[in-house]
Amino acid sequence: MDSPVVCVEKLSKTYLTPVRPEGLQAAFKSLFNRTTKAVKAVESIGFEIAAGEIVGFLGPNGAGKTTTLKMLSGLLHPTGGMARVLGHDAKRREHAFLRQITLVMGQRNQLVWDIPASDSFALNKKIYNVPDAQFKETLAELTELLELAPLVSKPVRNLSLGERMKCEVAGALLHRPKVLFLDEPTLGLDVTAQRRIREFIKTYNARHNSTVLLTSHYMADVEALAKRVLVIHHGKLLFDGPLADLVTRFSPHKTIILDFEPCERDPANYGTVVKTEAPGRVTLSVPKDQTAAITARLLQDFTVKDLTVEDPSIEEVIEMVFADGTRQETATPSA
Amino acid sequence: MLANLVQFYLARFRINLAVQFQYRVAMGIWMLGLILEPLVYLCVWTSVAKTQGGTVGGFGPGDFAAYYLIMLLVHHACLIWHMFEYDFIIRQGILSNRLLRPIHPIHGDISENITYKVFMLVILLPAFGLLWYLFKPEFHTTVGAVALFPFALLMAGALAFFAGWALAMAAFWTNRTAAVNQAWFVAMFFFSGQAAPLSLLPPWMQDVAFYLPFRWMYSFPIELCLGRLDTRKILHGFGTQALWILGFLIIMNFAWRSGIKRYSASGG
Repeated sequence: MDSPVVCVEKLSKTYLTPVRPEGLQAAFKSLFNRTTKAVKAVESIGFEIAAGEIVGFLGPNGAGKTTTLKMLSGLLHPTGGMARVLGHDAKRREHAFLRQITLVMGQRNQLVWDIPASDSFALNKKIYNVPDAQFKETLAELTELLELAPLVSKPVRNLSLGERMKCEVAGALLHRPKVLFLDEPTLGLDVTAQRRIREFIKTYNARHNSTVLLTSHYMADVEALAKRVLVIHHGKLLFDGPLADLVTRFSPHKTIILDFEPCERDPANYGTVVKTEAPGRVTLSVPKDQTAAITARLLQDFTVKDLTVEDPSIEEVIEMVFADGTRQETATPSA
Repeated sequence: MLANLVQFYLARFRINLAVQFQYRVAMGIWMLGLILEPLVYLCVWTSVAKTQGGTVGGFGPGDFAAYYLIMLLVHHACLIWHMFEYDFIIRQGILSNRLLRPIHPIHGDISENITYKVFMLVILLPAFGLLWYLFKPEFHTTVGAVALFPFALLMAGALAFFAGWALAMAAFWTNRTAAVNQAWFVAMFFFSGQAAPLSLLPPWMQDVAFYLPFRWMYSFPIELCLGRLDTRKILHGFGTQALWILGFLIIMNFAWRSGIKRYSASGG
């Protein structure tokens, strides 16, 4: 079996942040006696990613996703553990390693603001020492996939956010990296631009067998791209597995959407009412193992116009995972 | 490896030039300040010389004109602004973009510095000619001294750059680098020979200046060009410049390596 492209073992990052109570007296004291607090951003996480995999990295704000990506791309030195990418120790930032990876961060401007993107692309060619033929081929490919032709000759500052993001993505991929770390690549984009970037990532991955680790707040991104997800919360890895298993494992409930003729019976007696849209339409949450029995009773007791049984949405499941993680932490405080 | 670096510098030079062209007016104003500063000192010292009966410490109006005209060139060569930028670059996480590239960020800064200095010669040289015509400098120098001046200027520029870059690394430890920078520039103002030729300062200040890097950036190339140094002092000057450059390269390298371990890549 091929060795994994990304290999993370007991990776941790602790930030020391200054702490100072409010008030003038405290400010004066802090001149002589500074106190700091250790904030554990990432706590001993471990996972592996094989070549060609697209993995979604999920977690609420401040969970440790971006910190992990920054450690994997060599920007941050870990406090403990190890992050190896393509056989390189990421924190050493060897040039041979940097030539094979990219980190795209939404809302982050890597292109030179005042000049056309094509000039920045030419500079990247020199920085990464990309041969002429490969540069032309890659640029043509990116121009086609991202529809860049009308954009690259305009100064970057004159581009819209979506246009700029497309150019940023192109600039980050001109050296054909084998590993892509994508941190919110669709942040702030409209639905069409989000879909384009998503399709592009899929096509790029298929064409070049690149490995992708992607964070996004848009579940549509993750659902469309990643078969496997990592869920992180408060710096701890809560789940690593197929997206489908996440639903099975963390959601012991199903959702029943019931359209019925209003009557004296109360649907609340059959499950937890999640939503009431109209007098004759409710959404119920019911225990998974009782779904069949409850559905049968509903069909028997109500004049049903329509009935749908669904798994809860990924967003709902993720919320449950985070709530579960918080509960676990509350029950067993970390040392 | 070296060929790649040259290719990078040429590409960066083209881009930097394109960016400079976008901000012509701002650059013009910046340059005006650069020219006015030595001009003010020149006017002050010329007036003082005239009220003192023609000379101050052996400097007449023509000598002051020569001193401050050469300082104009030295000031241009020694101009560095990266210590003001790195506070922002580190705090806002902009450094992350540079760290992701397989080239040391200093190369981008060196190329930017060179581009600016070459580009600004377009304004600086005519201004230099005009001031020469207006202030009539007097030179009592030798061909050899003038021939060595460009090397001393180059060394001074390199020394100022590496010292400034080492200073910029302070931003890894504090986000209030303005105070550090201010202290640096105040010391430079008095001990470099900007405020006055060092020979006009009290002896104790001259002694202190001798052991600080600033006079080797400013006073040494100016005095060399004016023909005020003998062979021994010239050799000593070049040697001291080289030692200071080496010293700041070591400090800079150490500070960089320690700094990036602390870097929190915040802001995105």
